[in-house]
Amino acid sequence: MVKYIVKRLLLLIPTLFGVITLVFFMIALSPGDPARVMLGERANAEQIEELRQELGLDKPLIQQYGLYLKRVVQLDLGKSIATGQKITDEIKVRFPATIELAIWAMIFATIVGIILGVTSARRRNSWVDYTTMGGALVGVSMPVFWLALVLIMIFSVRLDLLPTGGRMNIRYYFEPITNYYVLDGLIIFLKTGESKFFISAFQHLVLPTVALGTIPLAIIARTTRSSILEVLHQDYIKTARSAGIKENRVIYRYTLKNALLPIITVIGLQFGLLLSGAILTETIFAWPGIGKWIYVSIGARDYPAVQGGIIFVSTFFVLINLVVDILYSVINPKVRLQ
Amino acid sequence: MTERSENIPNTEPGAHGSKNEILLEMENINVSFYVQRGVIRAVKNLSLTIHKGETLTLVGESGCGKSVTAHTINQLIPMPPGKIESGSVKYRGRDLLKLKKSEIEALRGTQISMIFQEPMTALNPVFTVGEQIADVFMSHQKMKHQEAFSKAIELLDLVKIPSPAERAKSYPHQLSGGMRQRAMIAMALASPEPGLMIADEPTTALDVTIQAQILDLLSDLKKKINMSLLLITHDMGVVAEMADRVVVMYAGSKVEEADVYQIFDEPCHPYTLGLLNSLPSNPKYKNSARLEAIEGTVPDLLTLGDGCPFANRCTYVSEICAEVFPQAVDLGKGHTVWCHNYTKIDRSTNVEQD
Repeated sequence: MVKYIVKRLLLLIPTLFGVITLVFFMIALSPGDPARVMLGERANAEQIEELRQELGLDKPLIQQYGLYLKRVVQLDLGKSIATGQKITDEIKVRFPATIELAIWAMIFATIVGIILGVTSARRRNSWVDYTTMGGALVGVSMPVFWLALVLIMIFSVRLDLLPTGGRMNIRYYFEPITNYYVLDGLIIFLKTGESKFFISAFQHLVLPTVALGTIPLAIIARTTRSSILEVLHQDYIKTARSAGIKENRVIYRYTLKNALLPIITVIGLQFGLLLSGAILTETIFAWPGIGKWIYVSIGARDYPAVQGGIIFVSTFFVLINLVVDILYSVINPKVRLQ
Repeated sequence: MTERSENIPNTEPGAHGSKNEILLEMENINVSFYVQRGVIRAVKNLSLTIHKGETLTLVGESGCGKSVTAHTINQLIPMPPGKIESGSVKYRGRDLLKLKKSEIEALRGTQISMIFQEPMTALNPVFTVGEQIADVFMSHQKMKHQEAFSKAIELLDLVKIPSPAERAKSYPHQLSGGMRQRAMIAMALASPEPGLMIADEPTTALDVTIQAQILDLLSDLKKKINMSLLLITHDMGVVAEMADRVVVMYAGSKVEEADVYQIFDEPCHPYTLGLLNSLPSNPKYKNSARLEAIEGTVPDLLTLGDGCPFANRCTYVSEICAEVFPQAVDLGKGHTVWCHNYTKIDRSTNVEQD
C-alpha cells in the first residue's frame, strides 16, 4: 500500500511537468501585456519597456520558460505582479475558502445525489424515477453562472432569505482562526457561546453550495441509479433476499457498497471539476477563494498568479484521484493495490 | 452445533424420509411472465407436497420451470414481469401467497432458506463470508455482532470448512468453489430451526469430486437437523443419490411423480425414460461410446398449445397428444404420470439402479 502510494506520488512529477509547460505557454501566448496593463493607458513606451525588463518579459520565451521551471522546482511560484505578494502566500490565504465551499458542495451533491439515485433505481420506471431523472438532466444542462444568478434573484433579492455573497456578515468583527469559517464559527461557539458567526458563515454557504453542487449532484444521481440497477441483478442480491435480509438493508448495505465503485470515480472527478466550476461560482458570490483570484488575475494579466493558481489546482486534482484509487481497495477487497 | 459429526455414509435413498407430517403443500400454482413478446406460462397447474424430513427432487432441463417453482415458495420471482396467477403455497398450514411482505421476509432465511447454483456469484464480493452469515443471524434474531460472528464460525465448522475462524474473515474470492458452496450452505442454516432448504442445482457448477462432498454434506446435515430438502437438478445421478421422491417437470408442467425407486425401475413417462436412457451409466452403453439423446428441442413456451408439451419429441406420440394435455393417471403407491400412452412404454433399455 505504502509502496503504491509512493509510486503514484512519483507519477505526479511528469503530470505536473506537463501541466506547468502547458500553462506557461498558453498564458505566454495569449494576447495582452502585463506591463501595459499595470502601467495604464497613459504610460509611454519607455516606461513599459523598463517594466518589461524588470519582469523578465523581454527575454526569449524559451529562456523565460527555463527560468520558470527552475523556480517551480524550488517550490517558488514567484510573486504576484499585481500585489507583489508571494504566490504561495496568496494561495495559502485563499485555499481554505475554496476548499470549504468545494467540500460542502460535494457533501450536498453526494448525499442528495445518492439518495435520489437509489430512490430512482428502486422505483424504476415510476413517476418518481422519471421526475428525478428528468430533473437530473436539467441540472446537468444548467450553466453554473446562470443558476447562481437565478438563486440570488429568488432567495436573496425577492425573498431576502440569504446573503448575496461573501463568506461572513461584514458588520461582524470576525477574526478567522483556521480560515474555514464554519469551523471557526463552531470553535467560537464552543469557546464563548456566541453563535452568530457560525450561523452567518453557514447562511453564506447555502447558495454557493447549491449552485456549485447541482451539476455534480445530477451526475452522481444518474450514475448511482444505473450502478444500483446493475448490481440489483446480481446473484448475491438474490442470495441476500432469500436469506430474509430486510429490503432496506439489501439496498443500502448489500447493493450500495457494490455499486459504489463507479459512484466514487464520478465523485472524485467531479470534486476536481468543482475547483474549476468554483471560478464562476466564486466570482458571482464574491467568494474570496482560488477561483475568484485566478479570474481576477487573468483580467490583470498577472501571469505568475494564474500559473501558480492553475498548477496548484491541478496538483490538488491529481491528489484527489489518488485518494479515489485508494478508496477503491478499501471498498472492494478484490482490488489489490500493488 | 459446535461438535463436528463424522461423515455419515449416505444410506439408501428413501430410507430416511418420514412420510407423516406435511411441511409444504403447493396447489395448482400458475406462474406467468409478461414480456414484450407475450405471456410466458412458466409453471402450469403445479402441485407439490413436501413432507417433514423428506428430500424431494425436481428434475427437468433448463427452462422447464424448476427454479420458478422454487422461487414461488419464497416469493423471489421478480414481479413484474412475473406474476403468480393462481394457486396456494401452504407452509405449516399458512398460505405464503397471502402473507405480508414483512412476514415473508421473516420466513426467508429462518424457515425457508435457499442455496444457489453459482457459488462464484452468489456470495457478496465486498463482505467477508463470516459477516454475511452473521448478518442473517442479526436480521432474524436479537443478536450482537460479535455473537452472530461466532455463531457464523460455528456454522462454517458444521459445514466442514477447515480452520473456520480464519475462513470467516476471508472474502468470497479468496475461497475455492467448493468452499464457497459450503459457505452458502452455512448461510442457509443460519437460523434456530431450519424447516425447508431449497437447493437450486447446488452442484452443477462444481467439479465431480466436490459435487460428491457437497451432496454428502447436504444429506448429512439434513439428518442432523431434520430439515426437508427441495433439490432442483437436471442430473439423474444426483437424483439417485439424494431423492426420496422425484417430480419430473417438462415445459412448466409436472409429467411424472414417484418415489425414487419407481422412477428408476418403472419410469412411465417417455420423457423420464429419455432422461434415464441418456445417462452414461446406463448398462446399454457398456459396449458403445455413443450416448443417446432425446431428439429435438424444448418448445417455445410462448407458442405452446394446449396439448402435451413433449409431443413434438416423443417417440410414442399419437394424435390426441397435440390436442389435450393428459389427465393424471394414478398408478398406486404415490406414482402418478401425465401421459396418454404410458402403457406403451418400452422399458427394455432401462437403467440399472445402483
